[in-house]
Formats: sequence, structure tokens, C-alpha cells
Amino acid sequence: MLNLSSTEQALKVRGQGLDRLVQGLLLVSALFCAGLLLLILGFLLSESLPVLVDGRWRQFFTLEGWYPLEQLFGLAPMLLASLLLGLGALLLALPLGLCSALFIEYYAPYVLAKSFHWLINLLAGIPSVVFGLWGLTQLVPILNKIEPPGASLLAGILVLALMIIPTVTLTSLAALRAQPKSIMTGAIALGMRRFSRVALIMVPAAWKGIIAGGLLALARALGETMAVIMVAGNVVQFPDNLMAPVRAMTANIALEMAYAMDFHRAGLFVSGFLLTLLVIIVAWIAAQLTKSANV
Amino acid sequence: MFVRYLAVLVMAIVSSAALAERLVITGSSTVAPLVLEMAKRYEVANPGTRIDVQTGGSSRGIRDARMGAADIGMVSRALTQRESDLSGYVIALDGIGMVVHKSNPVTSLTDDQVVAIYRGEIKNWQEVGGLDQEISVVNKAEGRSTLELFLKHFKLRNSQIKAQVIIGDNQQGIKTIAGNPGAIGYVSIGAAEYEETRGTDIKRLLMAGVEASVASVKSGDFPLSRPLSIVVGKRQSDLSRDFITFCQSTEVDDLINAQYFVVPERQLAVEL
Repeated sequence: MLNLSSTEQALKVRGQGLDRLVQGLLLVSALFCAGLLLLILGFLLSESLPVLVDGRWRQFFTLEGWYPLEQLFGLAPMLLASLLLGLGALLLALPLGLCSALFIEYYAPYVLAKSFHWLINLLAGIPSVVFGLWGLTQLVPILNKIEPPGASLLAGILVLALMIIPTVTLTSLAALRAQPKSIMTGAIALGMRRFSRVALIMVPAAWKGIIAGGLLALARALGETMAVIMVAGNVVQFPDNLMAPVRAMTANIALEMAYAMDFHRAGLFVSGFLLTLLVIIVAWIAAQLTKSANV
Repeated sequence: MFVRYLAVLVMAIVSSAALAERLVITGSSTVAPLVLEMAKRYEVANPGTRIDVQTGGSSRGIRDARMGAADIGMVSRALTQRESDLSGYVIALDGIGMVVHKSNPVTSLTDDQVVAIYRGEIKNWQEVGGLDQEISVVNKAEGRSTLELFLKHFKLRNSQIKAQVIIGDNQQGIKTIAGNPGAIGYVSIGAAEYEETRGTDIKRLLMAGVEASVASVKSGDFPLSRPLSIVVGKRQSDLSRDFITFCQSTEVDDLINAQYFVVPERQLAVEL
């Protein structure tokens, strides 16, 4: 008897211990992930601090040229290029992705919808360097025939749009499916046509979620590096038209970081820091939209 | 139980790491593929050694060798005065050649014409005897030793160059030029000759009347060539010394030729 109760007690204590252990482990891993993000931000900040403190950061926004060998560092053209590339891609991808989602959810016959959905998932998994390679060897030569050199803002926008269409499709689909079934059944009961049900009821009901998904896709486009390096031409300049080559901030970091020293290096960290801030802002807006969409 | 497994695992990792002699080599992306092949052969000949080759440009090779982050650095240019604290060993030679699209009828450009094209003063191939076609200037990104060598040879500053496309490595450059009939760029002669013989749509131009080929680099006739070196800092292990000797021996000649680089004159392979 004495034996049994002591075993019971031991079990109980051990059980509590296990719970505490699991709780502790989970807490540690959660803190680890959050800490990692803070460390990255802190690291970016500390690396770019020398430039931020002595006021030399002003030339990042006043100079138009980026010539590290000659100590000229103008970031503004690349900041603009990143924004144009991202927004341009989103402008193309949002309608196409939304249409794909509507097709899957409301129009396609079951088998077609399943296989199309699968195809979109597949497209989402293609590595960006493959898109870049395709762009460099197929798309750029075509654009080159229209107006040399072909590697341009437009090429970057097209490749990025292709890359984020699956993201937009999948997030739009999720936003549409998150709407209560009663909306749809109500619309059917009112005798509305399919087009009216989709265009007048479902899309307006889900628009916040759709836009939030688009913003997440925008964050991905802003952060994309390899595909952009391969097709956008990488010339640091304010583009005067769609066929002008541009260099995105990510491309700048990737092209030069391995070789950069001193002020040049700090400049690249500043662009990394700016880019991170930009992505955080975009993600925050997306989060606000999703939050209010769920209420 | 778990802890015991973990301990055994850690011990296994530690002991295997201690057994394998390790060499880390970083630097120029031009030199890396060659050193990688040499390292593979060296590893086979010397079981128990492990050689890691990482790219990141000549500047990184210098920095890592100096700061001890790597045992050996790879550099695709001659060492400068400020780098005299390092010892460099030439393992191969490479030339930089001007390259255009295969369909371009132009076969040769003078130095002045190249400068004018790169400064944006000549914008159409017609002006240098070619077709009526817009020129797309392909330049390299800052920090690449190819760019520095090019700028030095043509006495240009990078801000004077009006480029339409800026590329990172040789392969991207070759693909960009092959896809653009009006393009002109400069890449490693070894890489260009290799791609050209494999049927890629590019063509090397004569430079100052000299053919841009592996042969003319070897003979020393080609004006724009560079040594590919490996460098070490003050502290050197026996392993890195042995590997350097290996890289300068005739045992690696076929590897150098296979990558279209040029074998340096062995008796002249002196310290830089």
C-alpha cells in the first residue's frame, strides 16, 4: 500500500514535471524565434549605426548615383526601383490571382478546380532562381527585340508578378472560404445569378482578406533577389520608362555585399535596414486588415 | 538515456572533426571553380583532409586570409602595395576579353572605340562598322576584380560608364550577351572560349589586334590578362603550405586547361 501510493505520488510529480518541461521548452523556442528577429534588427541597426550617427546617411537620399569605388552612395533610385517593381508586380498579380481564386471556388467543375489548385500550389513552390533563369533566357530576349536592352523594369515586374500570382491566388481563396456559408446561401435564395453572387456579394465581403494577401505577396516581391538580379538590368538610375533597366535594393545587397568594406558595407546595411522596415510596415498593414476582416 | 545518446553523438562529431584536417578557402568566384577541382584531387591523394571552397570575391579572399577567417584566400588580380602583408602564389592566368553577340559582324574594336562605347558616346553599332543596331553596354557590378581590371586598363571611372545592363558573374554575363544581339560586355576569356566552342551565341573580339584566346594569354601577347592567385596570411599550417605546393605543381595542369585558364610557366611561378 505504502509502495503504491508513493508510486502514485511519484507519477503525479513526474507528470507535473513533464508539463513544466514542455511549457518551458515551448517558451524557450517561442522566445528564441522572437529574439532572432530582434537580433537581426539590432544587428542591421548596429552595422549601419556609424553612418546614421555622423549624418552621412543624408547622401543616401540626396545623391542620384551609386559608385562605391568613388565614394558616391545614392540609395534613392534603388528604393524607388524596389517600390516600382513590387507595386507593378502586385498590380498585375492581384487581378489575375483573384480571378484564378474565383475560378477555382465558383466556376470550375470539380476535377478542373482540383487540378488547377494543384497547379497553383506547384507554381508557388518553384524556386525563384528558376523564374529568373527563364526570364533571362526567354523573356529578356523577347523584350530586347521591342526595345534594347530588354533587361528592364518591365521584365522584373513580369517575372515578379508570375512569382506572386500563386500567393495571391491561395490567399484570396482562403479569404473567400473564410466567409460564412450563410452569405452565399442567402444570395442563392434571393435568386441572384452566379456572376452577381460572386462580384457583388463574395468579393466585397472578402476584400480585406484579399488585399491583406496581396500585401503579403508584395512583401515577398520586395524581398525577392535572385530573379530580379537576373532580369532587371541592375543599372542604378531613376527609370524614365518601363523599358529602362533598374536595380532593386535586394539586388544591390546581393551584388556587392561580398566585396564591400567600410562605408560601402555600412551603406548596404542601411539599405537592408530600410528594406526590413518597409516589409514590416507592409506586413503590419496586412495584419490590421486581416484582424478587422475577422471581426 | 537521451543525454547519453547525445553525449555519444557529440563525441563522435568532435573526434571526426579532429581526425579530418580541414582547410577553408574563400574568395574570387573566378578562381573558385579551379581551386575546387584542385581540392578534390588533393583530397583523394591525401585521405583524411577536407577542403571547403567558398566564393565571395577577391576582396573577401584578401580579408579572410588576413583576418584568419580562412586558411587560404583566392584572388583574381595582382596583389597591391597595401596587401604586402600577404604572400600570393600564382596558380593560373586568365584574360578578360570583349564579347559581343554571335550575329554581330564587328570583329575588332580599338581601345578608343571601347572607351567611347562604354562612355555612351557611341550608341549604335553602325558607328564602328556594324549593323544599324543600338548598343547595349554590359558592365560588371562594383567590387568584382574583372571590373577593376577593365577600368584600370581603359583608364575609366565607373561613374563615366553608361551601362544598360549590370551583371554579377561570368555566366550571367554570357547569358545576357547571348540573348541580346546588340550587346557588348567583357568576361573571362577562359569562360568565353569555353562557351563559344559549346555553341553559345557569343563572339570574342580582337583586342588591339590580338586574338582573345587562351593561347595569346599564355604567350603574354594579350594586353588584358591577370594572374589567378591563392594568398595566405602570416600564420600558415603545414596543410596549407602543402596544398599550395600541390596547386603550383604540374599535377594540376590538366585541371587548369579543362577550365580554359592558362598554365603559368612553371619555372617562373614565383612569389608575387
